[in-house]
Amino acid sequence: MPLLETIGVTKRFGGLVAVAEMDFAIEEGAIYSIIGPNGAGKTTFFNTLTGIYQPDDGRILFEGNSLLGLRPDQINARAIARTFQNIRLFGGMTVSENIRVGMHQRLGQTMLGALLRTRAFLKEEDRALTKAHQMINYVGLQGCADELASNLPYGAQRRIEIARALASEPKLLLLDEPTAGMNPNESREAMLLFQRLRDDLGITILLIEHDMRVVMTISDRITVMDYGQKIAEGLPAEIRSNSRVIEAYLGRGAATENIMVG
Amino acid sequence: MIATIKSLLSGAARQCEHWLQQGKRPYAFTCVYLALGTASVFFSPRSLIAFIFFLSTALVVYYLKMDSRFKLALAGFALLVLVPIVGIRNIFYLEVIFQISVFTALALGLNIVVGFAGLLDLGYVAFYAVGAYLWAFFGSQQPYLLHYIPGTAPPGTPFFLPADMFYLFAFLAVIVAAFTGIILGLPVLRLRGDYLAIVTLGFGEVIRVLANNLDKPLNFTNGPQGITPIQRPSLPEPLRNALSAILDPLVQHPVSEGDFYNLYFYLAALFVVVVVIVVATRLDNSKIGRAWTAIREDEMAAVAMGVPLVRMKLLAFAAGASFAGVMGVLFAASRTFVSPESFSFMQSIGVLSMVILGGLGSIPGVILGATVVIILNLQVLMGLSLYLSQLRQSDAVIPIINFAWKNLSTQLDPAKYQRMLFGIILVLMMIYRPAGLIPAERRKRELSTHDPENSGSRSEAAPEPPEDADAPA
Repeated sequence: MPLLETIGVTKRFGGLVAVAEMDFAIEEGAIYSIIGPNGAGKTTFFNTLTGIYQPDDGRILFEGNSLLGLRPDQINARAIARTFQNIRLFGGMTVSENIRVGMHQRLGQTMLGALLRTRAFLKEEDRALTKAHQMINYVGLQGCADELASNLPYGAQRRIEIARALASEPKLLLLDEPTAGMNPNESREAMLLFQRLRDDLGITILLIEHDMRVVMTISDRITVMDYGQKIAEGLPAEIRSNSRVIEAYLGRGAATENIMVG
Repeated sequence: MIATIKSLLSGAARQCEHWLQQGKRPYAFTCVYLALGTASVFFSPRSLIAFIFFLSTALVVYYLKMDSRFKLALAGFALLVLVPIVGIRNIFYLEVIFQISVFTALALGLNIVVGFAGLLDLGYVAFYAVGAYLWAFFGSQQPYLLHYIPGTAPPGTPFFLPADMFYLFAFLAVIVAAFTGIILGLPVLRLRGDYLAIVTLGFGEVIRVLANNLDKPLNFTNGPQGITPIQRPSLPEPLRNALSAILDPLVQHPVSEGDFYNLYFYLAALFVVVVVIVVATRLDNSKIGRAWTAIREDEMAAVAMGVPLVRMKLLAFAAGASFAGVMGVLFAASRTFVSPESFSFMQSIGVLSMVILGGLGSIPGVILGATVVIILNLQVLMGLSLYLSQLRQSDAVIPIINFAWKNLSTQLDPAKYQRMLFGIILVLMMIYRPAGLIPAERRKRELSTHDPENSGSRSEAAPEPPEDADAPA
């Protein structure tokens, strides 16, 4: 059974069909990618998976249970976490606080406990701090726990966003263009990080990515979207030579010449 | 030239502070400061400067580095022993400090909603009204007067409940106001920013208009005339006698029952403020506080990270409202009178200005903000306009231009400019200290970290990410 499966998921905005009858499945422990030109509906698809939009049609199954009708925070509680295309950190909070917000669903704190400062509350608070430090170290940002998130350089912010998502102990991690704006060095490091996430923590990863070098190196399978529809799916090598994909990216003329670069 | 003087001055100030923060010096300095402040208020009980000097001890205690237990003990001593003595000597001071306490609690409550969770609430005073009218109704003869037109109450109507039910209602008000907060919160959950502000403003007006008009068909609120008398809790006789024994010789006249009530309500308000500070601090330093801040910073990211928006927003509204509710009961009992006038839109704005002036999200800032606004309104600006109207009645002349105050036209009466001065002060504050008098820890960091290297590398390394057409709107 796949970890996540969507059957015929459709999302319309007025007359525009942003996602059309998307059938998709991802196996546990895999790294999959979704690629496609700008406006293809990739982020909308992510948003329907995470409950920010409710699909107009279709079904979404996670570990065999439907995710339809659940709020984003409930979906997060089911162990799906995400990052955003245009980094959405809590800029006015420290790195450590950002990550502790990510733990919201995993912290057993009650309001009464917080008011009375019970031993259980303090223990949980301690655990949150320790875990935040672990996460910061894990993504390689030692020593910036008390920096304001907005004061860190771009690449670091991307990592913090991933650390924040990890703090919610996800089984499935959705990364929306995680290497956008990174230089080749940084994106190579990011790739290593994604592989570590899968190999060390057993997290299944679904990427939206434009950087073909990243996509082709890291993905077990690739899904291509264009105008809201899935136009191709397969192993990286298959996608590389798929004429419909080349057409979507480079236009009809290019497809015949087959000049998709890896 | 001015710049050098400025840098010299700030350098001197920094050295002074450095010298002060060493070893035992803060302790000695604070004690001397407090003693001088108390003495000056005690011996010149009418002086505004002496009073402000006395109150500023709180700032000294806040800023100097001392053992927190010592700070706490000193604050307790000043608030529980010195203030009552000073206040009984000049009851006006007690009234000012009582108002400061009431509005501190209100401002701290509003700070949870606006400062922590970032939900702009322009009708906050509605919850205060709910608490006040709750006790005003049950703590007066009103339940027996439902069928009487305002002003026609038969004499000798008994009170509906015994006076000591006050304590029960102070507790009930927490629940009722929190519930009202949730009622307001539910329809505005989807709103943000300006839209939320308008709806809460409307809600505040609805409550005030209800209070104004619910004298028919059944007379619940006695309309614009307001409800009076409202009962005050009874003072236990032994306590009164004990206090008399201590206070009478100090103020050199027997303390009246009214003054004892003033003292009592001051202590009650102080108790509520302490509870509010503890609750607000503890909530802020838990996952609830972090969730509120996250909602303020970025609602969508917060919910995607598992923060339950609905529950957290309603909790913020309920917590903020409950503080106002208790203070409402206290206010109704202390005045023995409530009327819709006390809950006007200007009051909501007043509380909001305390929060913003003090520092959004900063608990010490909000306390200072409430104090400054109350002192400005009750003492400084009032005193100023009194002084100016005295000038108008005297033969004084404005020097240099040789213009007699007497000839000033009534339209230009300086006494009318009290509110304008307050407005100017607010504007100047927002220009020169946008984060408030004592900025919240987070905001302070945000505004002060101008590391050129850091911000440079950020703008360099951050090309605009490609704008996807299907990015969430």
